[in-house]
Amino acid sequence: MTYEVPEIPGEQTEDPTGHYEEHGWPLWEVFVRPKRGLNHSHAGSLHAPDAEAAVQNARDAYTRRAEGISVWVVPSTAIYASDDSEAMFEPFEDRPYRHPTFYDIPEEVGQM
Amino acid sequence: MTITGEDRFLETIAADDKVEPRDWMPDGYRKTLIRQIAQHAHSEIIGMQPEGNWITRAPTLMRKIILMAKVQDEAGHGLYLYSAAETLGVSRDELQHLLHTGKQKYSSIFNYPTLSWADIGAIGWLVDGAAIVNQIALQSTSYGPYARAMVRICKEESFHARQGYSILLALSRGSEAQRAMMQDAIDRWWWPSLMMFGPPDAESTHTEQSMKWKIKRVTNDELRQQFVDQTVPQGQHLGVTFPDPDLTYDEGTGHWMIGDIDWDEFWAVVKGDGRLSRERIAAKVHAWEEGAWVREAATAYAEKVSLRRTA
Repeated sequence: MTYEVPEIPGEQTEDPTGHYEEHGWPLWEVFVRPKRGLNHSHAGSLHAPDAEAAVQNARDAYTRRAEGISVWVVPSTAIYASDDSEAMFEPFEDRPYRHPTFYDIPEEVGQM
Repeated sequence: MTITGEDRFLETIAADDKVEPRDWMPDGYRKTLIRQIAQHAHSEIIGMQPEGNWITRAPTLMRKIILMAKVQDEAGHGLYLYSAAETLGVSRDELQHLLHTGKQKYSSIFNYPTLSWADIGAIGWLVDGAAIVNQIALQSTSYGPYARAMVRICKEESFHARQGYSILLALSRGSEAQRAMMQDAIDRWWWPSLMMFGPPDAESTHTEQSMKWKIKRVTNDELRQQFVDQTVPQGQHLGVTFPDPDLTYDEGTGHWMIGDIDWDEFWAVVKGDGRLSRERIAAKVHAWEEGAWVREAATAYAEKVSLRRTA
């Protein structure tokens, strides 16, 4: 289905301003461990009044088909993110010697 | 020469890479995405109503728990999508406010009534079937959070289509009255399902720019054709007919060709002449208001617990 409902000429629709007064609950980031032995990884986010409720909601929203056996919730505001500019990660792109494939090992030596 | 945010944006799009929330993006790109993702989210939430209508009247306990699981999924899909929209700098509160006040829309398919149990089968098979075709294409949309929401949704959506088809299969093996009920549902849902793909490409105002930005990857008409081609044989297996005397198989192209779509009806429903559009919004607002005390209680409890912890 197309989810862009077509506009009708002359119709009054509104785009959000981004400055609407917030009444809602804080946003939480949800991390799910799919099974023992694996890391928790980011599944999505949701709103909840506190951590306990966030875990309950995360269970219903992100593990309905047994996608997880453990859930973490973190307030979105607690996440401090990297500056994703080139200065941050680009230096590593030209360091091929950090990878095993950089080194040619003679075949006779065998598996290394 | 310095590389601007715009250069990087264009590069990302050209490389078929994903745009992520903190990247620079053109205002129009952001606005188009917010509108589309919000309408998509609203559609999932309003879409719970026509099906929820039959939960208490499902013919067996098994069908009832299946339908409840499906309607719960739709709520989940709404959540994934609202979350994706929020990464673009709008609040969920505001989006909901715009829905409640009729300033943002949802797919007009949900302004048709569900008159019989067979409609639940027809919705799963046709409406969710059409949604899958569209959403599979959207998995490769250029905005990362939207694409990720689509991947998650598509995984769940295939259950929706199959449970709908299984309802119809059961009816197709039933009494004459049950087969008639199934045929009636398909007669009513076939055209609206085709209209869900939106106006023809030639008249679709946003398509060109959205294709350039790779928000949209496949055009309305292409998706519609794909849906028709996969659905007609499934209908033949059910032993139903489609309410289109012009429906023919083109040996040359291998496509099923449909007759003319009544776009006047489509526009009437988009404009909200559909009998149900006012009722749908009223029911949504009612549910939100009725739930106010639950939200207040949860907030009060959270505050009390946090006070006790700091005390």
